[in-house]
Amino acid sequence: MESVKPILEFKKTCVSYTKQTMAVKYVSAAIERNTITAIMGPSGCGKSTLLRAVNLMHNLYQNIRVDGEILLNGENILSMEPIDVRRRVGIVFQRPAPFPTMSIYDNVLSGFALNGIRLSKAEKDATVERCLRSVALWDEVKDVLNKKGTFLSGGQQQRLCIARALAMKPDVLLMDEPTSALDPIATKHIEELLLELQKEVTILIVTHNMGQAKRISTKSMFMYLGELVEYGDTETMFLNPSDERTRAYLTGKMG
Amino acid sequence: MLWGVCLLAALTAVPLLAILGEVIFRGYDQLSWSFFTEPTPTAYKAMKAIEAGEPIPGGIANGIIGTMIMLGMAVVVAVPVGILCGAFLAENSKKRFAQVVSYLTDLLQGTPSVIIGIITYVWVVVPMKGYSAIAGSVALCIMMLPLIIRSTEETLKILPASLKEAGLALGGNKARVMLKVQLPAAFGGIFTGILLAISRVIGETAPLMFTALGCSLIRFSIDKPISAVPLLIWEFFNDPNLQELIWGASLFLLLFVLTLNLTAKYLAKKWNQ
Amino acid sequence: MNDKIYRVILFIAALIVPIVCGGVIYALVTDAYDAFQHFGFFKFLTSSEWSYTEGAEQYGALPFITGTLMTTLLAIIFCIPFSLPVALFVGEYFKGTKVAAVLSTVTDLLAGIPSIIYGLWGFYTLRPIIMALNISPQGSGILTASLVLAIMIIPYAASLSAEFIKMVPNDLKEGAYSLGATRAEVIRKVVFPVAGSGIFSSYVLAIGRALGETMTVTMLIGNTNNIPVSITSTGNSMASIIANQFGEADDLRLSSLIAIGLILFLITAAINMVGKIMIKRARIA
Repeated sequence: MESVKPILEFKKTCVSYTKQTMAVKYVSAAIERNTITAIMGPSGCGKSTLLRAVNLMHNLYQNIRVDGEILLNGENILSMEPIDVRRRVGIVFQRPAPFPTMSIYDNVLSGFALNGIRLSKAEKDATVERCLRSVALWDEVKDVLNKKGTFLSGGQQQRLCIARALAMKPDVLLMDEPTSALDPIATKHIEELLLELQKEVTILIVTHNMGQAKRISTKSMFMYLGELVEYGDTETMFLNPSDERTRAYLTGKMG
Repeated sequence: MLWGVCLLAALTAVPLLAILGEVIFRGYDQLSWSFFTEPTPTAYKAMKAIEAGEPIPGGIANGIIGTMIMLGMAVVVAVPVGILCGAFLAENSKKRFAQVVSYLTDLLQGTPSVIIGIITYVWVVVPMKGYSAIAGSVALCIMMLPLIIRSTEETLKILPASLKEAGLALGGNKARVMLKVQLPAAFGGIFTGILLAISRVIGETAPLMFTALGCSLIRFSIDKPISAVPLLIWEFFNDPNLQELIWGASLFLLLFVLTLNLTAKYLAKKWNQ
Repeated sequence: MNDKIYRVILFIAALIVPIVCGGVIYALVTDAYDAFQHFGFFKFLTSSEWSYTEGAEQYGALPFITGTLMTTLLAIIFCIPFSLPVALFVGEYFKGTKVAAVLSTVTDLLAGIPSIIYGLWGFYTLRPIIMALNISPQGSGILTASLVLAIMIIPYAASLSAEFIKMVPNDLKEGAYSLGATRAEVIRKVVFPVAGSGIFSSYVLAIGRALGETMTVTMLIGNTNNIPVSITSTGNSMASIIANQFGEADDLRLSSLIAIGLILFLITAAINMVGKIMIKRARIA
C-alpha cells in the first residue's frame, strides 16, 4: 500500500491549562498535503486549543503545557523556535483582525515587516497582487490599497487576513472558525475560496458548522472532551460514523 | 432633590468662570508683541516706569523660553522611558515585580510636587553646586513619568488580544509586534496621556523654585538658573513693582494649559470612536 | 534571542520607577536625619517652636502638621456639598447626556488650572470678600486657603465618585423603582449603599491631593509659624512652610524642612495607599 508522507502529524499531543485538567488528550492524527481537514465538536471540546498548539500560540501564556509531538514535515515543532514555526504555519482567527493602523497594502505585507524582511517595491507590489488575487479581493480593493484595512466589510476583512497569512507562503493554514462572525454570503465566498486555496496550502479548519465541514473538507476530525473520537474521510463520517458520540453530534443530539 | 443637585452642580461652574473671567479681563490688555519677546524688567526699571506713569516695559520671554527648554528636556526623557515602562507593565501584569512597579508608580504620582522639588534639589542642585535648567527638567520629568506610564499601560491593556496574537502568529517577535502593531494602535491613548502630562507639569511652581530658581535674562544654557512662566508669576506676586505683569503672564499660562487639556480630551474622544 | 533583549530593555525601563522611589525615600531620610537627631523624633513632631535666632535654633513640626490637617479637613467638608451633586448629576440623573458632558468638561478644566492661578484668584478675589464680610481682618488664613483648596479637589472627588455611581447595576435600581420607590429614595437606598465604599475612597484620594497642595496654600494661609487656634487664624501647612523657607534655609533649618517633607511624604503615601486599596476593593465588589 502506498502512503503519502503527511505534512502535519499529531503524535499523542496533549495540552493542559492546569496540572489537573487536560484540554486536549493524546491526540494522534496525520494530515495529508493539500487537503482541507475540518475539526468539529461541541464547545469546549478542545478543538481550538489543538489548532492553536500547531502555531505555538500557547507559548504566549504561562502555565499552558503542550506535550507529545506535533510534526511538521517530520520535524517536531514543539522543539523549534516559535518564530520559525509561525512563518511556516499561518493562522486566521474567528474575528477578522486586520491591523487597524495599517493600510490594506501594508496589512498584506505585515508578515514581512514583522519578520524584519525587506522587499523591493516590485516584490511588494507583486506579493500584494498575488495574495489579494488568491483571496479574490484584488478587484474589489485594487484602487483603495492605501485605505485602512478596517474600512472593509467583515467578509472582506477576513479575506484580507487570509491574504496576510498567505503572503508568508505557509505550508499549513490554520483557521479558527473563520466564518462564525460573518453573514451567509460572506461565508459562502470564503468557503469557495478555501476550496481553491487547498491547491497551494494544507488547511486545518475548526468549525461549529457541520454543513460547512461537509461542503468543503476532505477529512474530518470529531473531538469530544479533549479526545479525538473519530478521524476519517468526511463523506464516510457523515454517512456512517463509527462512534456513537459522533453520530449523536452529527444528528444534533449533542452539542 | 433633583433641583438641589442641579443647583449645586451648576455652582461648580462659578469658580471656573470667575477665574477665567478675572484672568482674561485683567490680563488681555497686557498681551502685546513685546510681552512675548522681551525679558522681565528689573524692579528698578519697573519702579521708574510706574513713577513716570508709563506701562511697565518688558515681558515674559525669559519665562517662556525657560519653560520650553525644561519641558523639552523632560519630554525627551520621560516619553520613551514612560512608554517602555508602561509596555513592561502591560506585558507582565501578573508578575510580582510588575505589581510592585505599578504600586510605586501610584506612589510617585501621589507624591506632592514640593517634595519632588526637595529631592531634585538634593540629587541635582547640590551635586552640581547650583540651580540649573537641568535640575528643573529633572523635577518635571519625574512628575511626568507616572502619568505617561499609566496612560501607556492602560491603553495597551485595552487593545484586543487578537491584535497581538495576529502579529505573533505571522512570526513577528515581541519587540516588532509591540513596535509595529501594538504601539501604533495605542498611539491615540498614549499621545493624549503625554499631552495631559505636559499640561499638568507646565504650571508647576513649587518644584521649580528649588531647582531652576529663576532668572531675569533670556537664557539658553542648561547648566545655569533659568526662569519659567509659573516662576515669573510667583515673582510678580511677591514684587509690588511688577504686579502689573501678573495677569498677562497668568492669562498666557492658563490659555496654554487649558488648550492643551481640551485638545487632549478632544483627541481622546475622536480616537476612541 | 531578540525577545530576550526586548525583555531586558523593558525591565531596565521599569527599574527606573523603583530607583526613583528609593531615591526619594533615601534622600528625604538621610537629609532629615540631622533634624531628628538634634531634636529627637517625637520632640520634633510635637514641638511648636519654630525660631531661627542663631544659637537658639528651635524647630518643631506641630504647627505645620496642624495647619495641613486643618486645611485638608475643612477643604473636604467644603468640597462634599458640591462634588457629590456633581457626581450624581453626571453619574445618575443625566448619565450619558450632553449636559453631563458639559459639566464633566467644566470639572476637567477646574482640574487643569495651575495651582498658582488658584492662589492668585484666592488672593485677589476671595480674600477681599472675606475681609469685607468681616470674617477675618487680614483675609488670609486657614479658612481662605481651605475654600480654594475645596474648589481644587472637587474635580478629583466628583469624577471618581461619578464612575462608581455609574457602575451601580440597573436591575438593582429597576427593582427598587418597580416597588414604587422615588428617584430620591433609589439614590438613598440603592445607589449610595452600593457605590458608598467607592465614593468614600474617592474622597480619601481627594484628601491625598489636598494634603500636598503647595502654591495655593502658600499664597493664602498667611504664613505664620504658630499653631492656628481657629479656622480664621493664619498659619502654615507643611507644604507651604517648605515653599516659603526652603530657598533661604541651610544646615539645621534645611534639615528640619526636609524632615517636614518626609512627614508629609509619609502621610500622603499612606492616605493614597489606603485610597487605592479601597478603590480596588470597591471595583471588585
